[in-house]
Amino acid sequence: MSRRSLLEIRNLRVRVNGQEILKGITLAVYPGEVHSIMGPNGSGKSTLAQVLAGREVYEIVEGEVLYDGEDLLLMPPEERARRGIFLAFQYPVEIPGVSNLHFLKAAVNTIRKQRGLPELDAMEFLALAREKAKLVELDENLLQRAVNDGFSGGEKKRNEIFQMTVLEPRLAILDETDSGLDIDALRVVAQGINALRHPDRAIVLITHYQRLLNYVAPDVVHVLYDGRIVKSGGKELALELEEKGYGWIAEEIIGSPRS
Amino acid sequence: MKDMGLDQRPEQALYRTHFAQWNERIGAREPVWLRARREAAFARFEAVGFPTTRQEEWRFTNIAPVLRVPFQLAAAWPECSLPDEWLAPYREWAAHHLVFVNGHFVGEIPADGPAWGALARGIRALLGEEPEIVEPHLARGAEDASNAFTALNAAFLTDGAFVRIPRGTIVETPIHLLFLTLDAGTPVVTHPRNVILAEENSQATIIESYVGLGDGQYFTNAVTEIWAGENAIVQHYKVQRESRAAFHIASVRIAEERTAIVLDFSIALGAALARTDIMAILKGEGAECALNGFYWARDQQLVDHHTVIEHVAPYGMSREFYKGILDDEARGVFDGTIVVRPGAQKTDARQVNKNLLLSTNALVNTNPRLQILADDVKCSHGATIGHLDEDALFYCRTRGLDAETAREMLTYAFASDLLNTIAFGPLRRSVGEWVLTKWPEGGMLKELL
Repeated sequence: MSRRSLLEIRNLRVRVNGQEILKGITLAVYPGEVHSIMGPNGSGKSTLAQVLAGREVYEIVEGEVLYDGEDLLLMPPEERARRGIFLAFQYPVEIPGVSNLHFLKAAVNTIRKQRGLPELDAMEFLALAREKAKLVELDENLLQRAVNDGFSGGEKKRNEIFQMTVLEPRLAILDETDSGLDIDALRVVAQGINALRHPDRAIVLITHYQRLLNYVAPDVVHVLYDGRIVKSGGKELALELEEKGYGWIAEEIIGSPRS
Repeated sequence: MKDMGLDQRPEQALYRTHFAQWNERIGAREPVWLRARREAAFARFEAVGFPTTRQEEWRFTNIAPVLRVPFQLAAAWPECSLPDEWLAPYREWAAHHLVFVNGHFVGEIPADGPAWGALARGIRALLGEEPEIVEPHLARGAEDASNAFTALNAAFLTDGAFVRIPRGTIVETPIHLLFLTLDAGTPVVTHPRNVILAEENSQATIIESYVGLGDGQYFTNAVTEIWAGENAIVQHYKVQRESRAAFHIASVRIAEERTAIVLDFSIALGAALARTDIMAILKGEGAECALNGFYWARDQQLVDHHTVIEHVAPYGMSREFYKGILDDEARGVFDGTIVVRPGAQKTDARQVNKNLLLSTNALVNTNPRLQILADDVKCSHGATIGHLDEDALFYCRTRGLDAETAREMLTYAFASDLLNTIAFGPLRRSVGEWVLTKWPEGGMLKELL
């Protein structure tokens, strides 16, 4: 293959509090692709997302991660963000006292500065924010409110997608963004994700359920089980998981159901 | 008790010398009643003596460093004009300024606009011209029975502001009492005394600023008395930005009549050692008070607030909200007492103290005390001490903000809900800027103000 992967994970093993959570993950994501990583609770999905975003509490035991050919694990979280990685949090953090708009403007301009682009002034940024808010049907009142402060679960998720569409990342990692959403919010979130799809970008959807994939068709589906990717396939794999649950995976891998 | 004789208290000797000097310098030129009150106050000071850490009220604040310095009584500022740069930070304030240098009134900068109907004068000048106006309100002695510093202030009563808002008058323009202290080489002590009288149905905002010019060591020992008559509404801010080598000890005493409303906001940013005692007595039925406070200390600063709210009459309401940020090896003290007297039924009192520690060596002692002697009341208190939230820091960094900016943003966010309640915009921005000056790269965050 002549194309270069945007994200390449090689035999990644990660420990937290002395316990190994990721036990050798290997994965390559190419520009333009949408990958879905599915797995039962406790399989290591969120750990993988946090490690890719740069959370420092995790101990890398072995392996490497290349982002656009460079060693990702050496970069602090802000460096990753500035180079185009975006993590939509499973549990977005509330920041009382800082307005959503100010927060995002600071982020946008930091990233623009890094890329050698002129900073946006207040009016330019407001225009951009309004346009993107409309896209993800985010209530404009939420722009003026403090970041995620007192937002409902659905509003927080929508706000993550809003941030993502404003920041236009090259690699977006969405950690269980579909959980806790009603069908309407799910549609809107999917809309935001689909709007981001681009030959130069890649998207990694981490999810427990298949339902988001009704709206966002993945190119590749991986099953993460007990810290390993045990199966990869096309989008039909997601439907199979939805139908049969995760039990059969265990049987197939280990030979018998786990006791 | 022979061994408790005066000579056993050498730290008081300096102030005894001061008192003799002061009497000689000014005693003969002042009204007899004032001299008598000052002498009585000095006698009370001698009887009470300086507090030690063995006293509950001073357990966490050792004033030994204050007593070790051979301060001199500050002389009057000899010039009649002030250098422009001293006042530059306040030029944009739409306020009526009374300016004091080293505790002495030097002049006023009136606000533009229509006549405002308040009396705001330097006490010393008023004593010379119309002593009968101040006589009923000055150093009567009831206020300092057990506080050595308040007694000292009365004994050395020199100058300060006398503000009277006549009945029914609404003063829109804030009155700014600006106390500047110079770095004169020799450490000086000043004893400013302010009297604020808001008569029935009047409204006013008073801002007291204490500002050090330079890095010098000096000692401010201030007392402010506020009386809010029936239905009066008073907002009082004390902004302490003394030099980082200075000592600042102050008392604010508030008395409220029926359905009066007082907001007292203590902002403590400077000084090596700062102690402010605030006492509010809600004398009249339905009186309300809000005591707000913000302190921000770093290096080895010590900032101490002791507050007492006393509900005497029924249907009173008090809200107390203090927030502190402590960095490096700084120490903070918050001690808040709420007293509900037997007659004060239907009192509604709430107290909150929140602290943010930015360093593992910073320390805060927070101590709520409730003394409830009535049975039909609503009182609550809560105190927290915490660090910056690691999850929030990480969240900010995943959005591209570097670690320092993220810390700055979250630190500012901690204070912002309280600082945003400062109604006077120029003051709100100026305090916000102070909070953000820790970070020289904070340009982006100035937009938060």
